Amino acid sequence: MAEPLLDIKNLCIAYDTRAGDVPAVIDFNLTLAAGETVGLVGESGCGKTTVAMAVMRYLGRNGRVTAGSIRFQGRDLLAASEADLRRLRGSAISMVYQEPMAALNPSMRIGEQLAEVPMFHEGATHSEALDRARSMLADVHLPDPGRVIQAYPHQLSGGQQQRIVIAMALLSNPQLLLLDEPTTALDVTVEAGIVDLIGEIGRKYGTGMLYISHNLGLIRETCERVCVMYSGRAVEVAPIHELFDAPRHPYTRGLFDCIPLPTTDRFSRPLRPIEGQLPLPQERPEGCAFAPRCSHAQAGQCDRPDLAMEPAGHDHTVRCARWREVGEALQEDIAVADATVTGPSVLKVENLRKHYVITETPLMVRGGEVRTVKANEGLNFEAFEGETVAIVGESGCGKSTFARVLTGLEQATEGTIEFHGDEIGDTPVHERPPEQVRDLQMVFQNPFDTLNPSQSVGSQISRVIRKFGKEKDRGRVRERMLEMLDLVQLPRAFASRLPRQLSGGQKQRVAIARAFAGDPSTVVADEPVSALDVSVAAAITRLLLDIQKRNRTTLLFISHDLSLVRYLADRVIVMYLGQIMEQGTVEQVFNPPYHPYTEALLSAVPVADTKIHKRRILLDGAPPSPLDAPTGCPFASRCPHKVGLVCETTQPPRRDVGGHSIACHISLDDLRDAEPVFSELAVAAE
Amino acid sequence: MSVAEDRHSPAVSAFGQAMRSFTLLRESLVAMIGTGIVVFWASVAIFAPVIAPFTGTEIVVPFAMPGDVAPDGRVFWLGTDALGRDVLSRVIWGSRTVLLYAPLATFAAYALGIVMGVAAGYLRGWVDTALSFVSNAILSFPVMVLYVIIITSVGASALNIVLAVTFASGPGIMRIVRGLVLDLRNREYVAAAQTRGEGAWYIMLIEILPNARGPLIVDVCLRLGYVTITIGALGFLGLGLPPPNPDWGGMVSENRAFATVFPHMVIFPCIAISSFVLGLNLLADGLREISLRD
Repeated sequence: MAEPLLDIKNLCIAYDTRAGDVPAVIDFNLTLAAGETVGLVGESGCGKTTVAMAVMRYLGRNGRVTAGSIRFQGRDLLAASEADLRRLRGSAISMVYQEPMAALNPSMRIGEQLAEVPMFHEGATHSEALDRARSMLADVHLPDPGRVIQAYPHQLSGGQQQRIVIAMALLSNPQLLLLDEPTTALDVTVEAGIVDLIGEIGRKYGTGMLYISHNLGLIRETCERVCVMYSGRAVEVAPIHELFDAPRHPYTRGLFDCIPLPTTDRFSRPLRPIEGQLPLPQERPEGCAFAPRCSHAQAGQCDRPDLAMEPAGHDHTVRCARWREVGEALQEDIAVADATVTGPSVLKVENLRKHYVITETPLMVRGGEVRTVKANEGLNFEAFEGETVAIVGESGCGKSTFARVLTGLEQATEGTIEFHGDEIGDTPVHERPPEQVRDLQMVFQNPFDTLNPSQSVGSQISRVIRKFGKEKDRGRVRERMLEMLDLVQLPRAFASRLPRQLSGGQKQRVAIARAFAGDPSTVVADEPVSALDVSVAAAITRLLLDIQKRNRTTLLFISHDLSLVRYLADRVIVMYLGQIMEQGTVEQVFNPPYHPYTEALLSAVPVADTKIHKRRILLDGAPPSPLDAPTGCPFASRCPHKVGLVCETTQPPRRDVGGHSIACHISLDDLRDAEPVFSELAVAAE
Repeated sequence: MSVAEDRHSPAVSAFGQAMRSFTLLRESLVAMIGTGIVVFWASVAIFAPVIAPFTGTEIVVPFAMPGDVAPDGRVFWLGTDALGRDVLSRVIWGSRTVLLYAPLATFAAYALGIVMGVAAGYLRGWVDTALSFVSNAILSFPVMVLYVIIITSVGASALNIVLAVTFASGPGIMRIVRGLVLDLRNREYVAAAQTRGEGAWYIMLIEILPNARGPLIVDVCLRLGYVTITIGALGFLGLGLPPPNPDWGGMVSENRAFATVFPHMVIFPCIAISSFVLGLNLLADGLREISLRD
């Protein structure tokens, strides 16, 4: 067998911190053949980025390799001099980072930034380099390379920026490309385009790729082999199909049980969160680091310090003392959710519009150009007691604006919002009666931002209880605050903690406790789990649904994650550019007839299940700016099923059947003919 | 599972937090030196009646050199000034002026600057436009000219110094606070407070302001230094405390005619001013270093 492109052996990396030397990666082995794509998957803090940084020899001031070797094409990278590394980085080995905006120099034109690569590494002349840059931009499918080359980074969308970063990484024709969460900051339809591009690069240039991600669905769509990491160690390495069809390590299985699929819901496949949390690097247990969270752990076996990777099949290794005994699905079954029983109507939105008027008046002179951002344009829907309505769409679709109008932080431009029979659309929150404010609360997206860092957990919950007059007496307020902590399954001792002493998941639990402390009838949850690791997200999702069920709360769940929406919602509203494209029950929206946008969104969802076949529909470009919203169907500019001019000039009619509504010029009958996006693969493989 | 998540240290009391801050301070040598100098001057001011050999206003022997002995046997460690007052005692008593009025003036300036800055940053709109206009108008004057105009028009007294400093540095503080608030107002905990119908002042003072304290504490130290220099400069210009009260700036001014022959009359008050300002700056640097590291 030929020498591997990248060969990492027994790699150990430690960071020098105030608490002393903290091992971040322990005894890590990985080989990558030329032209192969290997995925590195794990939750935050497991050491996957550290491995990539070590390959680049870019560990920062306080990180160092304490043992092991990294060989690239047979050369020892750890022994390479700074001058050698400078030649290697960006030419033989390139890296694509998570945040494209931060990877590009904001004050340089794209062409100049790209031209630097061949000029530095190959001594090309400026005009040669620019030509190379132009043809590479065409290779990464950027429209109009001539214009892009003259542009500054801020003039391009996030997806275009990431394509440029990839183009820059490819310009020197590297043998190895390291991709660190390259699509995490992007919308799903844009992400699908990048994922496609990465696959194409592998085929076209024969570049070996190390793809780092926390998303198993993406890994399955891009990689040939996977390495699963947990707490600094590789726990399982296997080819894609082996790993997805027959995962051996309990952690890998746990991960699969934590992620919702776009084909299953809470009745057919309830999520099973992994209990506990990732140990701190300095508190790793002896032996298997996962043992404290593993239901199969046994003293005497799992705490042996010499636990090694064992072969568990063809090209399949696993670090588990009990993988043979663990076998198939030993986990006790989790209670299946009850069907939702809806009550009377709680919220009725009619023809809601929210426009922002931007007056471009140079030097405060009146009469400048007036432009309108149509953030919400004619929303109509109803929500009932006890049900979950999901609002789905990509960034900029107006879902968060709607939440702000609903909670009274902004006022509607037109239309009505009826809440328990009262009109609230144009009443700011401080003019609403207290019961109304109490009845409508919100859970926010960012766990690191949702709690006030200078107030204790207890006082933030107590404030809500006092504010909404649930209790006045000090002792009773405290008692109820402690009950709220019980409700979100946090120890009562957390009452006196400050938010910085809590993990992300714990903070989100407190945020849920705070939202529910006043007994609201309706809760708006704006992407409450999107910033959390999968195992934590699963636990928070379950918790949110349990509390909702118990209190018969109406939950408006804002999300971009269709798998999650399928899992927890009763009804779905799909938004695009401020308008509702489709709404209906989960069954109706996830099956034909689809709105063409819904169809494309579904097809963009990465699916972590090898048994599901997904029909690929790629959308061109990015959503148009809401500043110049088209007069016709907002989706017309990207729609693969566009009928003709009518799509661009005329608002599509709303086609309703049994509570399912699609806004499209194509007739329902024709839409019904669409093939489902997801289909079960015939079991003919074996 | 919830118990398994419990791995952090138990809650800390206010005292515990203070101790933690001090432990952090000890990690920065610069901050420790700064703290040492500031604590030194604070003790000098507090124990002035005990440690000063003379009262500072009594006239003993003019033009005594450092180390000369008074008729009653006491030593003029730093000599005496042209009027025959003990320099060491005047430096010691003068520290009281600075250590009382500099913090007082800074505190007053902060009260004004915070209220203006929080309101401008949080309420935005015409409030912001109006407050920013006023503060820019004040800031466009050269500071010293502004002080001279204010003090000469209202008269030299301790209270007027405080008022002048408040008026002149309030706008600068307002700008810093406004910038911090503009960032903090978009945090989700602020939105959470808004969605439960909290009042604007509750949000500004309880939800936002405490989270701006880090950069503001650093700024307080720096600004205390500036104010010290200002009080010194006003004293030098004859706009400080009315004589015969000992005042470091005033001491330099009164004796500057003899500075070439009897440098001890002006050097020691100068050292006093600069060492105190240096201490405050070092402390500010150290605090910034610590806050960046965390």
